[in-house]
Amino acid sequence: MTAPMTAPAEQHPNAATSTPNDTADPAGATGWEHTHERKGFFTDTSICIGCKACEVACKEWNRNPADGSLELLGSSYDNTGGLGANTWRHVAFIEQDAEQIAAARASGRRLVNLGMPTLRTRDVDTPTPGAPTPGAPTPGAPTSGAPTAGGPAAGGPPVDALAAAETLGDADLTPPDTPEFRWLMASDVCKHCTHAGCLDVCPTGALFRTEFGTVVVQADVCNGCGTCVAGCPFGVIERRDDGTINPPTERESPAAGKPIEQDVPHPRTANKCTLCYDRLVAGDQPACAKTCPTTSIKFGDRADMVATAEQRVRDLHAQGMTEARLYGANPNDGVGGTGSVFLLLDEPEVYGLPPDPRVATKDLPQMFATAGIAAAGMIAATALAFLGGRK
Amino acid sequence: MTTSEFDSYRPPEPPRRRRRDLFRRSRSDDGAQARGRARGAGPGGGRRRGGGADGSREMPMVEEAEFTSYYGRPIVKAPPWGHEISAYLFLGGLAGGSGLLALGAQLTGRELLRRNTRLTALGAVSAGAVALIMDLGRPERFLNMMRTVKVTSPMSLGSWILAGYSTPMGVAAVAEIDRMTGEKLPLGPLRPVLRGAEGPAGLAAAVLAAPLAAYTAVLLSDTAVPTWHGARKHLPYVFVSSASLAAGGAAMVTTPTSQTGPARVLAALGVIGDVVAMHVMKDTMHPAEAEPLDTGGPGAKLKWAERLAIVGGIGTLFAGNRLVAAASGTALLAASALTRFGVLEAGLESTKDPKHVIEPQKDRLAARRAAGITDDSITTAG
Repeated sequence: MTAPMTAPAEQHPNAATSTPNDTADPAGATGWEHTHERKGFFTDTSICIGCKACEVACKEWNRNPADGSLELLGSSYDNTGGLGANTWRHVAFIEQDAEQIAAARASGRRLVNLGMPTLRTRDVDTPTPGAPTPGAPTPGAPTSGAPTAGGPAAGGPPVDALAAAETLGDADLTPPDTPEFRWLMASDVCKHCTHAGCLDVCPTGALFRTEFGTVVVQADVCNGCGTCVAGCPFGVIERRDDGTINPPTERESPAAGKPIEQDVPHPRTANKCTLCYDRLVAGDQPACAKTCPTTSIKFGDRADMVATAEQRVRDLHAQGMTEARLYGANPNDGVGGTGSVFLLLDEPEVYGLPPDPRVATKDLPQMFATAGIAAAGMIAATALAFLGGRK
Repeated sequence: MTTSEFDSYRPPEPPRRRRRDLFRRSRSDDGAQARGRARGAGPGGGRRRGGGADGSREMPMVEEAEFTSYYGRPIVKAPPWGHEISAYLFLGGLAGGSGLLALGAQLTGRELLRRNTRLTALGAVSAGAVALIMDLGRPERFLNMMRTVKVTSPMSLGSWILAGYSTPMGVAAVAEIDRMTGEKLPLGPLRPVLRGAEGPAGLAAAVLAAPLAAYTAVLLSDTAVPTWHGARKHLPYVFVSSASLAAGGAAMVTTPTSQTGPARVLAALGVIGDVVAMHVMKDTMHPAEAEPLDTGGPGAKLKWAERLAIVGGIGTLFAGNRLVAAASGTALLAASALTRFGVLEAGLESTKDPKHVIEPQKDRLAARRAAGITDDSITTAG
């Protein structure tokens, strides 16, 4: 049939759809006419104590069923497993020795030395036109939390104030504590992406963008086709095919050994974190953030969250914890920045997060074009078959 | 040697590592440092080998990891798609190809071929729609697919393509059934209308036939499933080729050889396209993305699909014999079905091991950084 065609020249991988405006106001980009700020989480894993109160608060508020009988998973204190239809907050536990701590620290330092963060345009907060070009603030005395330090980076390589300042030569690199061993704990959650894969591929419109810029499933519209499950680059959303709300003794009828019908909410539809949409519309904050005893989970306007996160990384770097880095704060990444921003202390994959997620719909125009060529080839082959077959 | 009673229990020893594993280890050691970092390896690094009969040879208590991940757990979730979806991929392709053959037969006056391909198309598209609905979590809400038209959702567009194809194809096929049964369908005054609508309906269906065969490739590729997404540049070619050879094969089974000339040509072209596109696709994908297409159950299915396609393709050359034609047609149908099952299952398989997600992503991130693009990483230093 058709010989595979060479694909059109690759653009800059993430150039297609990402605009900083989307990141600032994805709800506005969807057609909401309002003045809501984009809401988000900042999950600071450096102060997470692994209490799992967020998991419990989330389950209770959202009435999420249990996954099944309790199991010990052999993964430190994590017996939850991962995010899924019934688990919208998941606390990861990673035990690391000195070697791994050193490697994490080194990889964080490499990240700084790459000249990151080099956010192309952070005009989300409209940098003042006359802002001085990034000077050289003294190391150890981080600039104030203003995320505008990047400024409009026209011409030469975009360099942030931090990157310019952080040669790390003068920083105190003495490991602050527990040099032999550390325990990473991190509460994972739906990322509420700027360019959400689940939302893009949903065929029914059950998934929608709320006025807060979050992504929520309408359980009464979803027909459980499962496309969103495949569409999420973070493996967050899932169809609720199991889940139990009865105690173990009341899950099977003793006579027949048949499962007892349980009143599991929203069965066999896609489920995921709603950023507690019902609480937000009432002016409250999400249950997990409210319950977090260490303020590891912070909730607020996304712009504030990102600013807080950037300041926190600067503080940690100044303390010699070069392993600290942000995840999801960059509007130029493959998902246009996430609503839930994380501060991590090692590579993302250590926490079970993808190192370079990319929303699949970014390649959709190219895919449709390829499919169009293929379909044309099929028609041509059929035409050839009939014209050639006609003696 | 310890004398603690807690050490008296030892789990059974795992089988010895094979040479292949050793090769893989050394390869990953060459790679990124982080990838080679073994989880749980104590200070001093790695486990001790050697030792002797005194029991000093230690058994590894923790699996050696080739790269870092969170306890080897999946990063991306597999969609809840079972055999029904594989069957639909096959049936949708068969219906699409048959729709094109039906139009060709209609325009060139091959009555038997037209009748049989129309009936095949309607049967396939109906069974496919049933399979799709069965695979929904809430089948009673299947009509919600028609709530909206969403260009970013191949599933949404596909639903409309499916509906837009099956409706006119239904009209055309009912006309055939009416003719076959000697005008016994209780159509009454509608019969002339049906006769008049038949030709345009066949044409209308054919317009959407090729999209019906091709869109499923986009549906799979427009996901975060590494093998499907990695295949995006060539999967549509594989799918339309597979659809062509399936439709040609079905016609060779159902229709006398005197009328199946074009079907045989289409099938042969489909075989060539299928084999070539599949190989090019695998070669251009990241090795970690392509691996599930070559290994395990899906790999075996795809291997057999290729063999059967080639056998069937050769069979199209010996077309005079009806038996040979029917046998090769069957082989082609089986090849197409196996291709679809193999591709779907390879994708599901690729979500299970996080290496299929992590390795390509780390490589492309490193490639961008090497090219000087450092502003688009999801991980930033501040």
